[in-house]
Amino acid sequence: MKQSPKIWPALAAPGATWLLALFGIPFYAVACVAFGTIDPIFRDAVPQWNPLAWDFGQAREVLASVLSGPLQGVFLRTIVYVLAAMITSFAIGFPVAYFLARHAGKRKLLLLTLVIVPFWVNYLMRMLAWVNLLSPSGLFSRFMGVFGIHYNWLDGSPITVVLGLVYGYVPFLILPMYATLERLDWRLVEAARDLGATSRQAFRLVTIPMAQAGMAAAAILIALPMFGDYYTNDLLSRSPRTEMLGNQIDFYVNNSQQPQRGAVLVLMLSALLLVALSWYLRSTSRYAKERTK
Amino acid sequence: MTRRRFRVLPTIIWGYVIWSLVPVIIAVAYSFNDGRSRTVWQGFSLRWWIGDPNASVLHDASMRNAIFNSLILAFTTVVIVIPIGISLAVGAHRLRGRSAKAVQGLTSVPLITPEIVVGAALLLTFTRLFTGIPLGFPAQLLGNVTFSISAVVVIVRARLVSIGSGFEEAARDLGATRFQALRYVLMPMLWPSVMASLVVVFATVIDDFVITSFLSSGVDSETVPLRIYSSVKGGATPALNALATLLVLTSFTVLICGLFGLSLWRKRHGDNGGLRAALADVTQADA
Repeated sequence: MKQSPKIWPALAAPGATWLLALFGIPFYAVACVAFGTIDPIFRDAVPQWNPLAWDFGQAREVLASVLSGPLQGVFLRTIVYVLAAMITSFAIGFPVAYFLARHAGKRKLLLLTLVIVPFWVNYLMRMLAWVNLLSPSGLFSRFMGVFGIHYNWLDGSPITVVLGLVYGYVPFLILPMYATLERLDWRLVEAARDLGATSRQAFRLVTIPMAQAGMAAAAILIALPMFGDYYTNDLLSRSPRTEMLGNQIDFYVNNSQQPQRGAVLVLMLSALLLVALSWYLRSTSRYAKERTK
Repeated sequence: MTRRRFRVLPTIIWGYVIWSLVPVIIAVAYSFNDGRSRTVWQGFSLRWWIGDPNASVLHDASMRNAIFNSLILAFTTVVIVIPIGISLAVGAHRLRGRSAKAVQGLTSVPLITPEIVVGAALLLTFTRLFTGIPLGFPAQLLGNVTFSISAVVVIVRARLVSIGSGFEEAARDLGATRFQALRYVLMPMLWPSVMASLVVVFATVIDDFVITSFLSSGVDSETVPLRIYSSVKGGATPALNALATLLVLTSFTVLICGLFGLSLWRKRHGDNGGLRAALADVTQADA
């Protein structure tokens, strides 16, 4: 068949142009602000549109602060919180997804629906719910008070922030995890059992390796937004003791006179995520190769 | 051994369901509180919904304004993003070679970019480069469209893959032009993905906080999530719970209408997957 392919680029053009103009260019603009100069009179950031004239002074300053200055704590805290929240999310989300995929039986549709519901409840509503419960007069605090535990959960508590992140993002882990487990070839697990593996061995040596790519995808899926999260932290703590990278970006870009610093931090966050992402892409392409063998 | 696991897992899943839903249900319940408190129950009333002449959701001008802003933003985003996204998905699906790769990259990067990066980048762009676009509704609209295009592309592309190229080729063999095959054969078959995109985009935009907040211009362009965010920590009344409940009800109404429409479409086209298949349409789209 003869190809007259003009129609396809024409169809793709509006969307591609839109993304280029409002996604590609803004990324460049961030770099131009980050590597630009500061107006000596108004102290405002002046973007430098010519990459040959970029000034890396501010970026170097921020990097120094990350490596051995006040920002070091923020960076480390961000990584620790996200990792802790991710591990907890797996501890909760994996069994839930596993049960849904394997043993839900007659209740499957009901359970699936119940698990999907939080996905569609507004994130801020879910945080509002916890702020109400955790406030000093809230139900949870009063309940804990019965056992003699009096603790202000909303005053810069790292536990609250990490659990808040878990509560917020675990639905986004369960669904892709469920999709992965649902599609697994469970006959292989049965075969392993028939060949004498204990259920634990079959799980460790057959199920987990088969689900690995899906697990990596789910981990990435929740880690990326967690790294940029600032509102969970703001609502549940708003204390410098639990401040994360997202809070710094929000502060510098939105509320301060130093958007340049904010722009540098945005670039750093992107670089951090790029590392996580390339790890993910490498592991999935390896998986795809093994699969086609 | 196996029997033990069977008892542990159901406990975890029911525990999870309770943990994930009960706090929200309590927050909804407190919107019916008779007192000013969001934490201490003082009896049932509709005071914060309709009763109070100033502070109830029905009468508070700023809350009504937020609801109005949210709805307008979600509607306009859907109207703009659906045609752009579908045409991009159909076009990109047929592209080959280098341009295909470029478009693929352009549509998948937004999916993995945290919202704060998009929000900050657009804010810096609208205040320093495209200064003709004022913050507030115009900027919020452009931002939400940008962030939603990729979701539509993913949903429509999944549908294109499952349709395959057979139907279009058959139409072409029977004498249809390329455009006719697209218009009369492919387009009608894309319906479920259009419906799914509509639901997903509407719900995402009406729930969106980060981009909408970065690009807002203050009280005038405040949406419901922004309003919740700014008043959670203050001494807000249960009217805030009522407002949040309203937001949740809106997304669920859209979701349920979409699911209903999808399963109806499937039934009419001889697919008896019903609600479950429709659910899969929407959730696969999210993942």
